[in-house]
Amino acid sequence: MSNARLSVPAKARPGEIILIRLLLEHPMESGFRRDSLGRAVAKNVIHSLVVRYDGREILRAELGSGIAANPYLAFYTRATASGEVEARWVDDAGLVGSVRAPIAVA
Amino acid sequence: MKRRRFFGVSGAAVASVVLPVRAQQLLPAHDLRPLIRSIAGTAVPQPGRIRIELPQLAENGNSVPLELTVDSPMTEADHVRSVHILAERNPRPLVASFHFGASAGRAQLSARIRLAGTQRVIALAVMADGSCWSAEGEVVVTSAACLDEMSL
Repeated sequence: MSNARLSVPAKARPGEIILIRLLLEHPMESGFRRDSLGRAVAKNVIHSLVVRYDGREILRAELGSGIAANPYLAFYTRATASGEVEARWVDDAGLVGSVRAPIAVA
Repeated sequence: MKRRRFFGVSGAAVASVVLPVRAQQLLPAHDLRPLIRSIAGTAVPQPGRIRIELPQLAENGNSVPLELTVDSPMTEADHVRSVHILAERNPRPLVASFHFGASAGRAQLSARIRLAGTQRVIALAVMADGSCWSAEGEVVVTSAACLDEMSL
């Protein structure tokens, strides 16, 4: 299983624009590399990622081999209600990962 | 003697500048027009409204920080629908696509990308009204990402 970190502010005011940062641990294997024996290393990248806030989609991404290993993303959303931010992703090997972080809005 | 020394020194300087660039084996630039058409649809991308921030020089193409900012009020009527990153000399030129909604509040995004050598990076923003805007940045990469072992 891959490791991941999702950082959202613990507290926010309603309507405030908040920064969300996501760091995924993944080699993002491009498929162009060879191992020490000269065999091609199969492509395996996280190809899709969805971030939801309180069940509502706030960011959807299609990633490719042009994204650096251990993908890092920083983006914004508007705080509306207390709840949970959840990121879910799938890689070429079919592995699904997810990470959640709570936010309190008052 | 002075003259000979001058040529020796300047020759070494030229070699040190030229050789790393030649050693990079740049991939030919892709024709991005079909890709841009598939993103923009019938709209013709115009420069403006989106800004791309990249380092001028990257020592290593494996992880180049990139920031995109779109000038948009992010309201239901006028917001950024998606942004796209294209690198014309990468083996796969479409680096990533990101879809936002009006609820994003601010159309700004940072990521780290791979670059297979010195090249132009293009960002496209598709707005809610269907218009498409573009920006480009140039990065000099001294060591490319993961292509040295690739048979070109």
